[in-house]
Amino acid sequence: MEHTSLLERILRGAALTLVVIFFMFPIVWILMMSFQTNETILRIPPQLVFKPTLANYTALITGKLTTAAGTLDIAFMRNLWNSVFLSVTSVAVALLLGVPAAYAFARHKFRGSEDIAFTLLSFRFAPALLVLLPLTLYFQKLGLANTYIGLIWVYQLICLPLILWIVRGYFEDIPADIEYAYRIAGHSWFATFRKIALPLAGPGIAAAGLLAFIFAWNNFIFALVLASADKQPVTVGALAFITSSGIQYGQISAAIVLSITPTLALALYAQRYLVEGLSLGAVKG
Amino acid sequence: MTAATMQRNRPSGFRISKRVLPYVLSLPALLVCIGILIPFFTSVVYSFQRYRLSQPWARQFNWGDNYISFFTDPRFWNTLEISLLYAGITVLLELLLGLGIAMLLQKRSTLNNFISIMLLMPLMTAPALAALMWKLMTNPGFGVLSYLASLIGLQDFRWASSPSTALFTVVLVDIWVYTPFIMILLLAGLRSLPTQPFEAAALDGVPRTFVFFRITLPMLTPYILTATLFRLLDSIQQFDIIYAMTQGGPGDTLTVFQVEAYLNFFQSTNVGRSAALMIILWAITYFLSNIFIKNWLRLRERARGQA
Repeated sequence: MEHTSLLERILRGAALTLVVIFFMFPIVWILMMSFQTNETILRIPPQLVFKPTLANYTALITGKLTTAAGTLDIAFMRNLWNSVFLSVTSVAVALLLGVPAAYAFARHKFRGSEDIAFTLLSFRFAPALLVLLPLTLYFQKLGLANTYIGLIWVYQLICLPLILWIVRGYFEDIPADIEYAYRIAGHSWFATFRKIALPLAGPGIAAAGLLAFIFAWNNFIFALVLASADKQPVTVGALAFITSSGIQYGQISAAIVLSITPTLALALYAQRYLVEGLSLGAVKG
Repeated sequence: MTAATMQRNRPSGFRISKRVLPYVLSLPALLVCIGILIPFFTSVVYSFQRYRLSQPWARQFNWGDNYISFFTDPRFWNTLEISLLYAGITVLLELLLGLGIAMLLQKRSTLNNFISIMLLMPLMTAPALAALMWKLMTNPGFGVLSYLASLIGLQDFRWASSPSTALFTVVLVDIWVYTPFIMILLLAGLRSLPTQPFEAAALDGVPRTFVFFRITLPMLTPYILTATLFRLLDSIQQFDIIYAMTQGGPGDTLTVFQVEAYLNFFQSTNVGRSAALMIILWAITYFLSNIFIKNWLRLRERARGQA
């Protein structure tokens, strides 16, 4: 590797530059669009230099878009709140259910344990609509249609397998001897779980929670099928923008920027754990 | 079983026996999922019924009719073809690109680490929103990509709204979102490989192509397999990008399985056909996920063993 020729280094540099441009350009461009008025956006050729305006963000945050034709209500903050609420609650529920189960699967080989663990894993790979379409009909009968509870329950399909399998790996990494020693000292299993296992697996649990949050936030199909306007998260809400009349491209861009910022920020924060999370614990970063 | 084990002599108050404990711990997670298993079986039942939401009175079992009619239904063959084509093209291109980028970034340096973190951003963008971003950029009126296409002589390049380029456009978005997934897994794989074989090869002056095909690639295979199957499973079920971009259109150009099932359910309210489509897709993913889980487990054991 040390004996790289100049030509090779130039080629590598060029290839990497192309890669960075391809993957970064859309984000940069949408960010730029979000600071432009409709007039500059519609100009051809596209402008690289423009006078930035915060009008798009103000319109979204105040929920009022004032145009020549009058004022228009934008419910985007509602979508943003839905995203926050749905993702946070789903992850909290998934942690509450998933961490004890992960501990059981890691520490106790009981009858059917692997079958159950794999059944949970298989939810990650089953087609979402297979479950969602009958569920819409059930939810209507049960009164769960268009409720947060119904949505949070379905969001467990994303969060639970992820948390279960990642956290299980972290529990398995803790040497069982540490726990035995603590048990022999006369402590109950619960004390062992709380004082030994949980703190040692803590970073892994936090990372799994962050990842589950990102996946819940980015989900589209569940809310598209099960939620109507007032319960929709940003992924579905932003898409509705493009067909609703009166909303301009600058506001759509600003909405996209506001919608992707939380996940991007969290991903940067949790990037150390991302590889392990994305591979459901099979590859360590 | 519970009663007998519970009564075993334990010194004090609230004790749960060792045999019951794991069940108690995993029961809540299990219950939540059983609730989700019921709709799965309902889907199976629906798929054997003539069931349209618009004609609930005509609902009856028609047994295999939904499936049998697929054989002579060009719309179904179109769905199957476009789903396999979409999954095949995206995964192949993402694998090649992802492997290439991972090898470019293999050496640990501040710049390389910075770039690899930057490349995660598309992957962390919600696919539906990514499609929306590309939709804005390919807008015929003001889209920057439409403008760039016109600069290189592609006047009136219609991107997702023309049947001839719609597949290309959604594949492009898929590549933008998911190449980093393969890249990051393979990068972790590359960096975890033992260094001795490469040092030995360098000492012996073995040609680079030989090293790549005979050392790097074989050692990387478990990672490549896992990443590929992972993507294949997701890609054959792709909904977000295609639905957000074109809703399956123009016409039926992009009616992949889940999009077609969604349209069947909500537009033509044909629950029976929709369910049958999902069962077929489930059969495909079940087959793939079995292969996947074997590879994934092997890799997982290796990761745990090295820990």
